Amino acid sequence: MLLTCPYCGLRDQSEFTYRGDANARRPSFADESIEAHAAYVFDRENPSGLHEEIWNHTSGCRNHIKVVRNVTTHEVVSCEPVGPFAKALKRGRAT
Amino acid sequence: MSGVRLTLRPGVGTSIDTDKTLTFSFDGKSYEGHVGDTLASALLANGVDIVARSFKYHRPRGIFSAGSEEPSALVTLRSGARQEPNIRATEIELYEGLEARSQNRWPSAKFDLMAINQLPGKAFAAGFYYKTFMGTPGMGTKFWWFCEQFIRRAAGLGKPTVDPDPDHYARMNAYCDVLVVGSGAAGIAAAKRAASAGARVILCDESAEAGGSLRSACEYLDGEAAQDWVKRELAALAEHENVRVLSRCTVQSMFDGETYLAIERVADHKLRPAPHEPRQRAWTIRTTSAVIATGAIERPMVFGGNDKPGVILADAARRYAREFGVSPGRSVAVFTNNDTGWLAARDMARCGVIITAIIDTRSDVGDAIREAGAETRATIHTGSAVLRAKGFQTLSAVEVADFNETTNTVGSNRQIVACDALAVSGGWSPAFHLTSQQGGKHLTSQQGGKPVWDSELQAFLPGEATSNWHGAGAMAGKFGLRQAFRSGEEAAVLALADCGLGEGESSVPEIEGDSIDYAPAPVFEVRSKHKAFVDLQHDVTADDVRLAHREGFVSVEHLKRYTTLGMATDQGKTSNVTGLAIMAEARDLPIPEVGTTRFRPPYTPVALGAVAGEKFGHLAAERLTPMHDWHVANRAGMYANGPWLRPESYNGPGETVEQAYIREARAVRESVGIVDVSTLGKIDVQGPDAVEFLNRVYSNGFAKLPVGKARYGLMLREDGFLFDDGTTWRLDEHRFLMTTTTAGAGRVMEHLEYHRDVVWPDLKVALTSVSDEWAGVALAGPKSRAVLENLFGAKPISNDQLPFMGVRELKLGGIDVLIARLSFSGELAYELYCGAHCGQGLWDALMEAGRPHRITPYGLEALSTLRIEKGHVAGPELNGRTTPHDLGLSGMVSTKKNFIGKALLQREALQSEDRLQLVAIKSVDGQRIRGGSHLVAGNRDEPGISQGHTTSTCFSPELNCYVSLALLERGKIRHGEKMFATNPVRSAHVAVEVVSPHMVDPKGERMHG
Amino acid sequence: MSRYSALAILRNAFTGNRHWTPAWRKPQPKAQYDVVIIGGGGHGLSTAFYLARVHGIANVAVVEKGYLGSGNVGRNTTIVRSNYRLPPNSAFYEKSMELWRGLSHELNYNVMFSPRGVMNLAHTPGQMDAYAERGNQMRLMGVRSELLDRGQVAKLNPGMDVSGSARFPIEGALLQPDAGNARHDAVAWGYARGADQLGVDLLENTEVVGFLKEGDTIVGVEVERAGERSEIRAGKTGVAVAGSTSRVMKLAGVDRLPIESTVLQAFVSESIKPILPSVTTFGAGHLYVSQSDKGGLVFGGNIDYYNSYAQRGNLPVWEEVMSELVAMFPNFARLRLLRSWGGIMDMSMDGSPIITTGPLPGMYLNAGWCYGGFKATPASGWCFAHTIANDKPHALNSAFTLERFKQGRPIDELGAGPTPWYH
Repeated sequence: MLLTCPYCGLRDQSEFTYRGDANARRPSFADESIEAHAAYVFDRENPSGLHEEIWNHTSGCRNHIKVVRNVTTHEVVSCEPVGPFAKALKRGRAT
Repeated sequence: MSGVRLTLRPGVGTSIDTDKTLTFSFDGKSYEGHVGDTLASALLANGVDIVARSFKYHRPRGIFSAGSEEPSALVTLRSGARQEPNIRATEIELYEGLEARSQNRWPSAKFDLMAINQLPGKAFAAGFYYKTFMGTPGMGTKFWWFCEQFIRRAAGLGKPTVDPDPDHYARMNAYCDVLVVGSGAAGIAAAKRAASAGARVILCDESAEAGGSLRSACEYLDGEAAQDWVKRELAALAEHENVRVLSRCTVQSMFDGETYLAIERVADHKLRPAPHEPRQRAWTIRTTSAVIATGAIERPMVFGGNDKPGVILADAARRYAREFGVSPGRSVAVFTNNDTGWLAARDMARCGVIITAIIDTRSDVGDAIREAGAETRATIHTGSAVLRAKGFQTLSAVEVADFNETTNTVGSNRQIVACDALAVSGGWSPAFHLTSQQGGKHLTSQQGGKPVWDSELQAFLPGEATSNWHGAGAMAGKFGLRQAFRSGEEAAVLALADCGLGEGESSVPEIEGDSIDYAPAPVFEVRSKHKAFVDLQHDVTADDVRLAHREGFVSVEHLKRYTTLGMATDQGKTSNVTGLAIMAEARDLPIPEVGTTRFRPPYTPVALGAVAGEKFGHLAAERLTPMHDWHVANRAGMYANGPWLRPESYNGPGETVEQAYIREARAVRESVGIVDVSTLGKIDVQGPDAVEFLNRVYSNGFAKLPVGKARYGLMLREDGFLFDDGTTWRLDEHRFLMTTTTAGAGRVMEHLEYHRDVVWPDLKVALTSVSDEWAGVALAGPKSRAVLENLFGAKPISNDQLPFMGVRELKLGGIDVLIARLSFSGELAYELYCGAHCGQGLWDALMEAGRPHRITPYGLEALSTLRIEKGHVAGPELNGRTTPHDLGLSGMVSTKKNFIGKALLQREALQSEDRLQLVAIKSVDGQRIRGGSHLVAGNRDEPGISQGHTTSTCFSPELNCYVSLALLERGKIRHGEKMFATNPVRSAHVAVEVVSPHMVDPKGERMHG
Repeated sequence: MSRYSALAILRNAFTGNRHWTPAWRKPQPKAQYDVVIIGGGGHGLSTAFYLARVHGIANVAVVEKGYLGSGNVGRNTTIVRSNYRLPPNSAFYEKSMELWRGLSHELNYNVMFSPRGVMNLAHTPGQMDAYAERGNQMRLMGVRSELLDRGQVAKLNPGMDVSGSARFPIEGALLQPDAGNARHDAVAWGYARGADQLGVDLLENTEVVGFLKEGDTIVGVEVERAGERSEIRAGKTGVAVAGSTSRVMKLAGVDRLPIESTVLQAFVSESIKPILPSVTTFGAGHLYVSQSDKGGLVFGGNIDYYNSYAQRGNLPVWEEVMSELVAMFPNFARLRLLRSWGGIMDMSMDGSPIITTGPLPGMYLNAGWCYGGFKATPASGWCFAHTIANDKPHALNSAFTLERFKQGRPIDELGAGPTPWYH
């Protein structure tokens, strides 16, 4: 399987580390409730078909990317940057 | 069967070099063959008829095919450390000195006593193991266990060696626009077309020579014999700067993202690899698109005794005659249900093979085909079928009966046709194994991947593409040379489009030769009362298939699993479709409704060493500290700590590890010791929000840490359990150096980066792993300050200038040194970091400065001993199941701020005092507490249940007894209790007392001093 | 329905094997059952069997989308063991061992349970201590275990690299002598035949496409069979669908569970004469290997680390697994990989299973097997049947709840935390 790192280009999956469901969102930092955190940490939709997930280009630029992938066919639909440099990269592309 | 070498002349033996003779041995007997022969063709030429025995009944087996689909002719190749079981004789190229033996027989292939397995006959039918060997209730397992010993020994095929493989393997990565798999007519056409458009092309073929069916074809291409045409075209392709031709290279698997694994057999055609030459090379090929032109595999017919040596696939027989100048027998009959069998007969006859009879289930055969038959001068039996093969051990005659095409049954007209070889053709199965491996559905397609039945060809064709591949030639159901060339080019054009390249130029040659129909009559089996085999290697009979049906194992997967059909080393290449057809008939369903199973990678068996590649034998990099060589030179026993090698202890002459670490630990407590801590994870944390970030990831507060100070920090996982610990030093307002545990360095970095990028992208903080940039040395013991004073002078090291947890930068000669006053041992202690390249210099300087104080280098064991005595936790206590409270670190959990793990740490069960809590135990009877002990109340005979377990054990020089840190239920309130540390697997049971984990200097006066 | 025995085999052989009868019926579904079990894999079939055999509840249907045993029960590396360190796992898997030992008789079907031993190699003194801790826990729970030194390991495994110069030298091993293998398909078929004989209806090629609900309560399933939809009402509905758990539970309106599905690959070599006596695991990575009765080396390693519902994996796991195997056994390098395949694992958040009532009224859930489901097959069915029959868990599965995550009672053997692909 190949993923396109928005910073480095098309790379083999073995350069990346899987970080799981991109829709598992941490509650706001002020929130200290068990309920909200348990949902964040333990509960997963685990859909078949399209799945949004975070990967880290660990053996490359170490940036995180959001991948949309069909988990039934392993077809990679899109790879988008996330994190502090994401905006800058998108701006850079637009110009 | 009694194969024989034909008179060699132009057009006969096109693949062999008759001028070059090779000597080889089979079962200890010496034979001769030619360069270009396979082991199979050479054995045939020498009249060797029985080369193997079948898996279950040990029936004699001969040579059945001429390629990688071979189910029968498995031999053990080479000997000693290079011994290779289960090698197909049809695939191995003959080399001088080749040594092969038959296998799975005793005493010989010709006379195998294990053939006694045939006696119980029908009792050994499919599924019989499941119905017996159960023994009597109560001792059932033992009875099966007893029987299993014999069954295991009888099963299996060849013998493996116990010696390590002396050869090595290589790995390559390759990239291309168009990968072409198979270099037959379709593959060559595709490669030429793709190359003409400027695409980067890789062309792979499993054989030594390219050409596929062209190698034995009688056709003329552009007026040239097919074999000459191939040679010329291949040479031209290989010259092309965009084209890489890989022969002896089987594309084995198709993975996601157009990634293919191909195995090149670099030296398997030699006695042994040349020095430094790999035996095989694994190619990971990443391509944009692929043309799959893997051809088709001929199917046999199923009839009584069809497994006898002498029965051979028709096209294989033709290839042996054309390419190797070998006749499979002295008189050869042909049994077919399609035209290709007739052409095989004609081509063989042209090579000098004596064809005695052609038997075709069809009564209606075209004139051109009849003409071809007439040319062989064989007797023709149309509307007839072979009912059974006769002969003791090997074929001597076939019984032919009239055949009713509408009912698929034989009539009463019988005659015996004498022959010692029978060439059979039951039609062709496209070899779409690779594309079938992908299976599943594609996003944009409902049908994708699933094979489609073609009732005309009586064969499955590959389904719709699930990724960028395009089928060509026989693999895609495009039989015959004309269609092969055309479809090869068409597939190339589609592949070029995938690459965004132009269409290139067409160059289909003019073809002179037969134009025939490849569609067979829908006949798969000639039913009789005789044992008829579907899977030749696993001895699965047509009756076994019907038995599976009778017992309800009717789905394809159940059929396969229950009868083991198609699960032998050939993975059913010649038997799957036939098995399905018989099941379909039994179920009274059309074949496609019975279904097909997905082919699984690899296409043909692959040496494990080839996939392991260079990783073989050293599968993980070793990480060494800058001072590694010094440690080794100074008698350190090195210990694997994750990927790192660290000194366990420095063992003086005659000193045991235990004696050494006790000496080292004592030296630290009494004077000063030095230890390499370069392996600690080190992360540079910078930015205006660095302090906020640290405050969020550590459970204790970092907001108020002043510049020039270090703080011990605890990190929790989001679920509230301890994750890692270490000190973080504030070097500047917005700059910190974080240290982590050695083992945790990688995962802490990933944890931090994830939270910085994904969870809190608004925090302005930069994270850089600097573990390898800094060398680290810890100096511990009451004399440690004195050592440093020798180097830096008294003032900078004074308690005022460098208080407990203080950090400062100093210079030592030209070396910048960061010094922090930290203690893991509980003694006055320092950690000194400098650039990795200066690590040895710093170490040497400290050793020199410490000489007056008899400075002692110490290893992991002493390091561990010192921290156990002090009650400091480390990896064994941070086991992923402990909370700060469990380890007595509640004080490190802030109540004033939020942090990762805070919410879930509040969960009810984590707040319970019934959990395992950190204590220390002391041996009270002088016995050693060994690692892995459990704490129990009872004596050795009745220990009772486990109430906890030890985590880190050692002999404490300070307390002069064996001690251990332990996790004990409600441990905090049990100090003073007497228990036992039981270790039945190490035969120990030690009386212990539960004590506070802070065994040395509980008030911390030494390190603050 | 014929009983299987050596005598029956002989009798049938004389009559050309024409009188064998189907191993199980192919019944039409009834409109109503006391219990419907979704999933005709190992766990679903064993649940049905024990419901009928132990609890006298035989008005049961097992609803299977494909053919019986088409999931992980027919795709695993057939290892049976109970060498766990945490008491809830230890007790549960030891119950499974007890059932394994009598299973062939209980089912009148030879499941070929073969206690040839499971050997976990250790490569550092620290790892030896960790294995000692586990071995001692096993002993204290009444499970046999032995700690072997390097010499003992070498003696049992000709060909293994026990040299000190290995990248990860072998220090010793933990052995569970009573653990071993069983024939995976036979387990599914044996339970199927056993359940069928007790009156359970096994409905193959029947896909659950929806649940019947009265308010919040599940009262049956809607199924599709041969293109036609129908309703099957059930007093109780059990779900045992492993990698498809999230998919099926979503049909009942349960959108989120502490489970992710990933693919685990397995590998088998060509058949060879016996060379590997026990099940062996490599301790400096993740690899387990044994030799089947047929002679193939059956082995596997880590999951492919990403969510997947495709029953196939990718090359990095091949390379990792093969290099670990030949590092451990350098003589295996010339043996050949015959076949690889993938199964979908229901990875839970702590690596341990869920066998529970709920999460909706009328419903029961059996899931989260990660890649340890095969060995659990008997105890899983036994406990799940108990839970369904009594509407509450047995003591053996009382810790395997869904609520344990919110309560802070994970059963985390590896201490790897709530990251499913680390378990």
